[in-house]
Amino acid sequence: MSLVISQLCKCYSTSSGSIEALRDINLHAEPGEFICVVGASGSGKSTLLRLIAGLEMPTSGELDLNGRAIVGPGADRGMVFQSYTLYPWMTLQKNVEFGLRLQGVNSKERRDRASYYLDIVGLASFARAYPKELSGGMKQRVAIARALATQPEVLLMDEPFGALDVQTREMMQEFLLEVWRRTNCTILTITHDVREAVFLAQRIYVLSAHPGTIDCEFQIDLPRDRTVLIEREPQFQSYVAAIQDRLRGLSKTTETSPMPTTSKAKADAH
Amino acid sequence: MSPTPPALSKLQARQRDRVFWRLAEDIPQPLTWKLMVISAVVPLLLWWLLASSGWISDKFLPSPPDVLAAMGDLWERGLLVQDTRASIVRVTLGFVLAAVVATPIGILMAAFASIRALLEPAIGILRYMPAPAFVPLLIIYLGIDEAPKIALIFIGTVFFNTLMIMDAGKFVPKALIEATYTLGGSRWQILRQVIWPYIIPNVLDIFRVNMAASWNLVVVAELIAASEGLGKRIELARKFLNTDEIFACLIVLGLIGFSIDMSFRVLIRKTCAWSLDS
Ligand SMILES: Nc1ncnc2c1ncn2[C@@H]1O[C@H](COP(=O)(O)OP(=O)(O)OP(=O)(O)O)[C@@H](O)[C@H]1O
Ligand SMILES: [Mg+2]
Repeated sequence: MSLVISQLCKCYSTSSGSIEALRDINLHAEPGEFICVVGASGSGKSTLLRLIAGLEMPTSGELDLNGRAIVGPGADRGMVFQSYTLYPWMTLQKNVEFGLRLQGVNSKERRDRASYYLDIVGLASFARAYPKELSGGMKQRVAIARALATQPEVLLMDEPFGALDVQTREMMQEFLLEVWRRTNCTILTITHDVREAVFLAQRIYVLSAHPGTIDCEFQIDLPRDRTVLIEREPQFQSYVAAIQDRLRGLSKTTETSPMPTTSKAKADAH
Repeated sequence: MSPTPPALSKLQARQRDRVFWRLAEDIPQPLTWKLMVISAVVPLLLWWLLASSGWISDKFLPSPPDVLAAMGDLWERGLLVQDTRASIVRVTLGFVLAAVVATPIGILMAAFASIRALLEPAIGILRYMPAPAFVPLLIIYLGIDEAPKIALIFIGTVFFNTLMIMDAGKFVPKALIEATYTLGGSRWQILRQVIWPYIIPNVLDIFRVNMAASWNLVVVAELIAASEGLGKRIELARKFLNTDEIFACLIVLGLIGFSIDMSFRVLIRKTCAWSLDS
């Protein structure tokens, strides 16, 4: 098992009292799996991701990666942020190399690995460009290449395409699936876009808000290599409908829509 | 061949006005140059007119040719080079010392709230003590040689540099720092390889601004006690009522300041192109 989170709670203490952002989160990701977490705004998605990244410490509960407790940030968990976080004074090549540089990898290997990942994200010809010369979608592709270059066990993404227009988003989603197939890494993406989640994920966790708890879990039985055309399949649409219902708190799971495997049932099975 | 209809020239005039008053936009390069020349030439002409009008005695307001002659005279006697060199050396030493001290402290204050809490109140008070008020103390402590003059420039710029660099450091996006953590960066690596490169253009600009203060202070120091320097030359000229020499020194000071300012701008443009818009 790759990533295991059990009984995770996170409270923030603010001037107006304590805010319970996450309560009793149980979640796991197997090696090579593509997981999405969906939830409304304020349901604690970013908090969850930041806890996994080690940028925040849990109030209680455990986070383990390959059996080792997560106690702080590290290169074994790559992260792509919603905002653009490229280093503006570096070329794309240097940006992608930077994680390797921090680890003291020699310059030849750095160059080769960075070029490989820039190629994967389709920006090899922009290696010498600076971030300000790029569009938003290109910047996020570089951020993905930068996170992949250190070969993390898990790639974490916090609404990476949230700031992009619809067409670019669709392109980026297909692109991300391709990267996932080519690199075989574990990916955990959070989003509030249900359609995006169903398109990308093998498994989806639905978060309910105030406090953030895992409401249910969906197994998405769609082929691994998907194109946007899959959105026309009735199976795809019924997944989307079921999750949206769930999010609206309606939980109208009729026979025609796929049954969620509740996180309770899953936990008992283990 | 018909003459240009008047309506067209009116239209052209209006378009020109639009160019001039465009909010937060660039203006055409030739217009920029024209306006910049006007900015230098008009005050010069006004001065010349006023001086040659005869309303004011030329003992008080020497004319531009008089000042030019005085400048040539200072140059021939070797005083201009000697005084300018003396002032530049003092400013450079004092300012470099202040920059070397202020930069790491400013960055540490920006990066660590603890260091900020430790130093901000003290520096906040010290910077409001006018540097020239330290002159008597400096003379008592350090004598009347170069040391008190350099110390004055140091005191007058180090606190401003520190606090302004601290402010610049606070604007490093948190996400950039967090992204570096997730790439496996240590705190020291983040300080050296993320925060520092991010603020270099700001730091250069802060140096550019505070350089002006060093020039103020070097003149203050030289007015009080010095054997050479542009401030000293001005003070000597006052004794003999040589206003043309005073004007000459003021113009030299202005030109030196202006060229240092421009050099910093060019340096920023050449080395930190990434930080400029467009
Ligand atoms: N640093 C913090 N201090 C105090 N409260 C916080 C902090 N970060 C998050 N919260 C609270 O925790 C809850 C979850 O926030 P979080 O940002 O994780 O939500 P989210 O699901 O990512 O929302 P969005 O979709 O809008 O990004 C919110 O109620 C928020 O107010
Ligand atoms: Mg969020």
